[in-house]
Amino acid sequence: MKKFQKYIFPLAFLILIGLSYLFDLVVGKQIGLNFWMFFKEMILFLPLMFILVGLFDVWVPREKIEKHIGGESGWKGTGLVILLATLQAGPLYGAFPFAYILWKKGCSIKNIFIYLGAFSTIKIPMITFEIGFLGLKFSLLRTLITLPVFVLIGYLMEWYLKDKDFEVKQP
Amino acid sequence: MKLLSILTALCLIASLIASRQKTWMGIKKGVSMFIKLLPVLLLMLAIISIVLFLIPNETLVHYMGKGSGLKGWITSAFLGSVALIPGFIAYPLCGILIDNGVAYSVIAVFITTLMMTGFLTLPVEAKFFGWKVSVIRNLVSLAAALVIGLIMGFFL
Repeated sequence: MKKFQKYIFPLAFLILIGLSYLFDLVVGKQIGLNFWMFFKEMILFLPLMFILVGLFDVWVPREKIEKHIGGESGWKGTGLVILLATLQAGPLYGAFPFAYILWKKGCSIKNIFIYLGAFSTIKIPMITFEIGFLGLKFSLLRTLITLPVFVLIGYLMEWYLKDKDFEVKQP
Repeated sequence: MKLLSILTALCLIASLIASRQKTWMGIKKGVSMFIKLLPVLLLMLAIISIVLFLIPNETLVHYMGKGSGLKGWITSAFLGSVALIPGFIAYPLCGILIDNGVAYSVIAVFITTLMMTGFLTLPVEAKFFGWKVSVIRNLVSLAAALVIGLIMGFFL
Protein backbone atom coordinates (compact mmCIF):
# COMPACT_ATOMS: atom_id res chain seq x y z
CA MET A 1 0.00 0.00 0.00
CA LYS A 2 2.78 2.36 0.93
CA LYS A 3 4.41 1.70 -2.40
CA PHE A 4 1.25 2.70 -4.18
CA GLN A 5 0.90 5.90 -2.17
CA LYS A 6 4.08 7.28 -3.64
CA TYR A 7 2.54 7.02 -7.10
CA ILE A 8 -0.68 8.90 -6.30
CA PHE A 9 0.53 12.27 -7.59
CA PRO A 10 2.17 11.03 -10.78
CA LEU A 11 -0.91 8.92 -11.42
CA ALA A 12 -3.29 11.83 -10.85
CA PHE A 13 -1.18 13.89 -13.22
CA LEU A 14 -1.37 11.24 -15.93
CA ILE A 15 -5.13 10.89 -15.52
CA LEU A 16 -5.56 14.65 -15.90
CA ILE A 17 -3.43 14.58 -19.06
CA GLY A 18 -5.49 11.68 -20.35
CA LEU A 19 -8.72 13.57 -19.70
CA SER A 20 -7.33 16.63 -21.49
CA TYR A 21 -6.79 14.52 -24.56
CA LEU A 22 -10.27 13.06 -24.25
CA PHE A 23 -11.89 16.49 -23.99
CA ASP A 24 -9.42 18.17 -26.31
CA LEU A 25 -8.05 20.69 -23.79
CA VAL A 26 -5.08 22.57 -25.26
CA VAL A 27 -3.52 23.31 -21.89
CA GLY A 28 -3.39 19.69 -20.82
CA LYS A 29 -2.27 18.48 -24.22
CA GLN A 30 0.63 20.92 -24.31
CA ILE A 31 1.71 19.97 -20.80
CA GLY A 32 1.36 16.32 -21.75
CA LEU A 33 3.61 16.89 -24.73
CA ASN A 34 6.24 18.54 -22.51
CA PHE A 35 6.00 15.69 -20.06
CA TRP A 36 6.40 13.10 -22.78
CA MET A 37 9.53 14.85 -24.05
CA PHE A 38 11.15 14.87 -20.58
CA PHE A 39 9.92 11.39 -19.77
CA LYS A 40 11.42 9.99 -22.97
CA GLU A 41 14.77 11.53 -22.17
CA MET A 42 14.67 10.18 -18.63
CA ILE A 43 13.51 6.66 -19.40
CA LEU A 44 16.01 6.17 -22.22
CA PHE A 45 18.93 7.27 -20.18
CA LEU A 46 18.47 6.71 -16.48
CA PRO A 47 18.00 2.91 -16.39
CA LEU A 48 21.25 2.55 -18.35
CA MET A 49 22.97 4.84 -15.88
CA PHE A 50 21.69 2.79 -12.96
CA ILE A 51 22.80 -0.49 -14.52
CA LEU A 52 26.26 1.01 -14.96
CA VAL A 53 26.19 2.15 -11.34
CA GLY A 54 25.21 -1.35 -10.21
CA LEU A 55 27.96 -2.98 -12.25
CA PHE A 56 30.44 -0.40 -11.05
CA ASP A 57 29.46 -1.28 -7.51
CA VAL A 58 30.11 -5.00 -7.84
CA TRP A 59 33.28 -4.80 -9.93
CA VAL A 60 35.33 -1.78 -8.97
CA PRO A 61 37.28 -2.27 -5.76
CA ARG A 62 37.19 0.51 -3.20
CA GLU A 63 40.98 0.77 -2.96
CA LYS A 64 41.26 1.76 -6.63
CA ILE A 65 38.79 4.62 -6.38
CA GLU A 66 40.15 5.77 -3.07
CA LYS A 67 43.67 5.85 -4.43
CA HIS A 68 42.84 7.72 -7.64
CA ILE A 69 40.14 10.19 -6.60
CA GLY A 70 40.12 9.91 -2.82
CA GLY A 71 41.26 12.31 -0.14
CA GLU A 72 44.95 12.19 -1.04
CA SER A 73 44.66 12.13 -4.79
CA GLY A 74 45.42 15.83 -5.37
CA TRP A 75 45.17 17.53 -8.76
CA LYS A 76 45.38 14.30 -10.69
CA GLY A 77 42.27 13.03 -8.94
CA THR A 78 40.40 16.22 -9.70
CA GLY A 79 41.42 16.05 -13.33
CA LEU A 80 40.24 12.47 -13.46
CA VAL A 81 36.73 13.19 -12.12
CA ILE A 82 36.38 16.12 -14.51
CA LEU A 83 37.33 13.91 -17.42
CA LEU A 84 34.91 11.22 -16.23
CA ALA A 85 32.07 13.73 -15.91
CA THR A 86 32.59 15.52 -19.21
CA LEU A 87 32.41 12.29 -21.18
CA GLN A 88 28.92 11.53 -19.92
CA ALA A 89 25.57 12.82 -21.10
CA GLY A 90 22.18 13.68 -19.75
CA PRO A 91 20.67 16.05 -17.19
CA LEU A 92 22.11 16.61 -13.73
CA TYR A 93 19.82 14.24 -11.89
CA GLY A 94 21.54 11.42 -13.77
CA ALA A 95 24.78 12.34 -12.03
CA PHE A 96 23.44 11.78 -8.53
CA PRO A 97 23.45 7.97 -8.61
CA PHE A 98 26.98 8.03 -9.95
CA ALA A 99 28.04 10.48 -7.28
CA TYR A 100 26.62 8.06 -4.74
CA ILE A 101 28.64 5.14 -6.01
CA LEU A 102 31.83 7.20 -6.23
CA TRP A 103 31.29 8.32 -2.66
CA LYS A 104 30.65 4.78 -1.49
CA LYS A 105 33.93 3.71 -3.06
CA GLY A 106 35.94 6.39 -1.32
CA CYS A 107 35.90 9.47 -3.57
CA SER A 108 36.68 12.68 -1.65
CA ILE A 109 33.99 15.27 -0.87
CA LYS A 110 35.74 17.84 -3.02
CA ASN A 111 35.83 15.54 -6.02
CA ILE A 112 32.15 14.57 -5.59
CA PHE A 113 31.08 18.19 -6.00
CA ILE A 114 33.57 18.87 -8.76
CA TYR A 115 32.10 15.85 -10.52
CA LEU A 116 28.59 17.31 -10.20
CA GLY A 117 29.81 20.70 -11.44
CA ALA A 118 31.60 19.29 -14.45
CA PHE A 119 28.75 16.92 -15.23
CA SER A 120 26.21 19.72 -15.29
CA THR A 121 28.13 22.36 -17.21
CA ILE A 122 30.80 21.01 -19.54
CA LYS A 123 29.83 17.73 -21.09
CA ILE A 124 31.81 17.19 -24.27
CA PRO A 125 28.89 15.78 -26.29
CA MET A 126 26.82 18.86 -25.39
CA ILE A 127 29.55 21.38 -26.19
CA THR A 128 29.35 20.68 -29.91
CA PHE A 129 25.66 21.42 -29.63
CA GLU A 130 26.32 24.63 -27.73
CA ILE A 131 28.82 25.81 -30.35
CA GLY A 132 26.20 25.24 -33.02
CA PHE A 133 23.67 27.51 -31.34
CA LEU A 134 25.75 30.05 -29.45
CA GLY A 135 29.05 30.18 -31.30
CA LEU A 136 32.57 28.98 -30.62
CA LYS A 137 33.67 32.09 -28.75
CA PHE A 138 30.80 31.99 -26.27
CA SER A 139 31.09 28.26 -25.62
CA LEU A 140 34.84 28.29 -25.21
CA LEU A 141 34.78 31.29 -22.92
CA ARG A 142 31.95 29.87 -20.83
CA THR A 143 33.77 26.56 -20.43
CA LEU A 144 37.05 28.22 -19.47
CA ILE A 145 35.40 30.48 -16.91
CA THR A 146 33.12 27.79 -15.48
CA LEU A 147 35.89 25.24 -14.92
CA PRO A 148 37.79 27.07 -12.13
CA VAL A 149 34.49 28.21 -10.60
CA PHE A 150 33.16 24.75 -9.88
CA VAL A 151 36.57 23.47 -8.80
CA LEU A 152 36.38 26.28 -6.24
CA ILE A 153 32.88 25.11 -5.26
CA GLY A 154 34.32 21.65 -4.67
CA TYR A 155 36.92 23.07 -2.29
CA LEU A 156 34.31 25.22 -0.56
CA MET A 157 31.94 22.31 -0.02
CA GLU A 158 34.74 20.13 1.33
CA TRP A 159 35.92 22.85 3.66
CA TYR A 160 32.36 23.28 4.94
CA LEU A 161 31.42 19.60 5.18
CA LYS A 162 34.62 17.88 6.25
CA ASP A 163 33.78 17.69 9.95
CA LYS A 164 30.02 17.42 9.56
CA ASP A 165 29.20 13.71 9.07
CA PHE A 166 28.47 14.27 5.41
CA GLU A 167 27.36 11.23 3.43
CA VAL A 168 25.80 10.43 0.08
CA LYS A 169 22.90 8.13 0.76
CA GLN A 170 21.52 5.32 -1.30
CA PRO A 171 17.96 6.33 -2.28
CA MET B 1 22.91 8.81 -25.73
CA LYS B 2 24.18 6.36 -28.30
CA LEU B 3 27.52 6.39 -26.56
CA LEU B 4 25.91 5.53 -23.23
CA SER B 5 23.94 2.63 -24.73
CA ILE B 6 27.06 1.20 -26.36
CA LEU B 7 29.06 1.65 -23.20
CA THR B 8 26.40 -0.04 -21.08
CA ALA B 9 26.12 -2.91 -23.55
CA LEU B 10 29.88 -3.43 -23.61
CA CYS B 11 30.11 -3.35 -19.83
CA LEU B 12 27.24 -5.79 -19.53
CA ILE B 13 28.82 -8.23 -21.97
CA ALA B 14 32.22 -8.02 -20.30
CA SER B 15 30.62 -8.45 -16.91
CA LEU B 16 28.54 -11.43 -18.07
CA ILE B 17 31.63 -13.16 -19.39
CA ALA B 18 33.47 -12.58 -16.14
CA SER B 19 30.71 -13.63 -13.77
CA ARG B 20 27.01 -14.11 -14.32
CA GLN B 21 26.25 -14.03 -10.66
CA LYS B 22 28.00 -10.74 -10.02
CA THR B 23 26.40 -9.19 -13.10
CA TRP B 24 22.97 -10.19 -11.84
CA MET B 25 23.75 -8.66 -8.45
CA GLY B 26 24.84 -5.41 -10.07
CA ILE B 27 21.77 -5.17 -12.29
CA LYS B 28 19.47 -5.94 -9.40
CA LYS B 29 21.07 -3.24 -7.34
CA GLY B 30 20.88 -0.66 -10.10
CA VAL B 31 17.30 -1.44 -11.02
CA SER B 32 16.11 -1.37 -7.42
CA MET B 33 17.67 2.07 -6.93
CA PHE B 34 15.95 3.26 -10.08
CA ILE B 35 12.56 1.95 -9.00
CA LYS B 36 12.86 3.59 -5.62
CA LEU B 37 13.64 6.90 -7.24
CA LEU B 38 10.96 6.67 -9.94
CA PRO B 39 7.96 8.23 -8.14
CA VAL B 40 9.94 11.36 -7.18
CA LEU B 41 11.33 11.57 -10.70
CA LEU B 42 7.90 11.36 -12.30
CA LEU B 43 6.56 14.03 -9.99
CA MET B 44 9.50 16.28 -10.79
CA LEU B 45 9.06 15.82 -14.55
CA ALA B 46 5.34 16.55 -14.22
CA ILE B 47 6.03 19.82 -12.41
CA ILE B 48 8.73 20.83 -14.90
CA SER B 49 6.39 20.25 -17.82
CA ILE B 50 3.76 22.47 -16.18
CA VAL B 51 6.28 25.22 -15.44
CA LEU B 52 7.61 25.11 -18.98
CA PHE B 53 4.06 25.51 -20.27
CA LEU B 54 3.42 28.52 -18.02
CA ILE B 55 6.50 30.39 -19.30
CA PRO B 56 6.44 30.78 -23.10
CA ASN B 57 9.44 32.08 -25.06
CA GLU B 58 7.88 35.52 -25.64
CA THR B 59 7.74 36.13 -21.92
CA LEU B 60 11.41 35.25 -21.62
CA VAL B 61 12.37 37.66 -24.39
CA HIS B 62 10.27 40.38 -22.78
CA TYR B 63 11.93 40.10 -19.37
CA MET B 64 15.47 39.31 -20.45
CA GLY B 65 15.73 41.31 -23.70
CA LYS B 66 17.46 44.56 -24.63
CA GLY B 67 17.65 47.19 -21.92
CA SER B 68 16.33 44.85 -19.26
CA GLY B 69 19.47 45.53 -17.19
CA LEU B 70 19.37 44.21 -13.68
CA LYS B 71 15.85 42.91 -14.21
CA GLY B 72 17.18 40.67 -16.99
CA TRP B 73 19.85 39.27 -14.70
CA ILE B 74 17.41 38.54 -11.91
CA THR B 75 14.86 36.99 -14.25
CA SER B 76 17.40 34.75 -15.93
CA ALA B 77 18.96 33.63 -12.64
CA PHE B 78 15.55 32.96 -11.11
CA LEU B 79 14.03 31.13 -14.07
CA GLY B 80 17.22 29.24 -14.73
CA SER B 81 17.34 28.04 -11.14
CA VAL B 82 13.75 26.89 -10.96
CA ALA B 83 13.78 24.65 -13.94
CA LEU B 84 16.29 22.06 -14.95
CA ILE B 85 16.05 21.93 -18.69
CA PRO B 86 18.18 19.53 -20.73
CA GLY B 87 20.76 21.01 -23.10
CA PHE B 88 18.99 19.98 -26.27
CA ILE B 89 16.16 22.36 -25.35
CA ALA B 90 18.20 24.97 -23.50
CA TYR B 91 20.69 25.74 -26.30
CA PRO B 92 18.15 26.28 -29.09
CA LEU B 93 16.11 28.40 -26.66
CA CYS B 94 19.17 30.52 -25.88
CA GLY B 95 19.82 30.85 -29.60
CA ILE B 96 16.34 32.37 -29.96
CA LEU B 97 16.94 34.68 -27.01
CA ILE B 98 20.20 35.99 -28.48
CA ASP B 99 18.54 36.63 -31.83
CA ASN B 100 16.03 38.70 -29.90
CA GLY B 101 18.69 40.90 -28.38
CA VAL B 102 19.33 39.26 -25.02
CA ALA B 103 22.87 40.02 -23.82
CA TYR B 104 25.50 37.27 -23.77
CA SER B 105 26.19 37.72 -20.07
CA VAL B 106 22.51 37.22 -19.27
CA ILE B 107 22.51 34.10 -21.42
CA ALA B 108 25.56 32.81 -19.55
CA VAL B 109 23.74 33.19 -16.25
CA PHE B 110 20.64 31.56 -17.68
CA ILE B 111 22.50 28.56 -19.13
CA THR B 112 24.66 27.99 -16.07
CA THR B 113 21.73 28.10 -13.66
CA LEU B 114 19.64 25.98 -16.02
CA MET B 115 22.20 23.21 -15.91
CA MET B 116 23.71 23.55 -12.46
CA THR B 117 20.84 24.46 -10.19
CA GLY B 118 17.36 23.06 -10.10
CA PHE B 119 15.07 23.83 -7.24
CA LEU B 120 12.49 21.53 -8.79
CA THR B 121 14.96 18.66 -8.72
CA LEU B 122 15.72 19.23 -5.04
CA PRO B 123 13.50 16.35 -3.89
CA VAL B 124 15.56 14.00 -6.06
CA GLU B 125 18.86 15.52 -4.99
CA ALA B 126 17.86 15.40 -1.31
CA LYS B 127 17.36 11.63 -1.57
CA PHE B 128 21.09 11.36 -2.12
CA PHE B 129 22.61 14.33 -0.31
CA GLY B 130 20.00 15.29 2.28
CA TRP B 131 18.04 18.55 2.18
CA LYS B 132 20.58 20.81 3.82
CA VAL B 133 23.53 19.95 1.61
CA SER B 134 21.34 20.02 -1.51
CA VAL B 135 20.03 23.48 -0.74
CA ILE B 136 23.55 24.73 -0.02
CA ARG B 137 24.90 23.25 -3.23
CA ASN B 138 22.14 24.91 -5.22
CA LEU B 139 22.60 28.30 -3.58
CA VAL B 140 26.37 28.23 -4.04
CA SER B 141 25.90 27.24 -7.69
CA LEU B 142 23.46 30.09 -8.17
CA ALA B 143 26.02 32.55 -6.82
CA ALA B 144 28.65 30.96 -9.05
CA ALA B 145 26.40 31.41 -12.08
CA LEU B 146 26.13 35.13 -11.38
CA VAL B 147 29.91 35.40 -11.12
CA ILE B 148 30.30 33.51 -14.39
CA GLY B 149 27.81 35.88 -16.03
CA LEU B 150 29.68 38.92 -14.75
CA ILE B 151 33.01 37.69 -16.08
CA MET B 152 31.41 36.78 -19.41
CA GLY B 153 30.03 40.31 -19.58
CA PHE B 154 33.58 41.66 -19.50
CA PHE B 155 34.64 39.64 -22.50
CA LEU B 156 31.60 39.71 -24.77
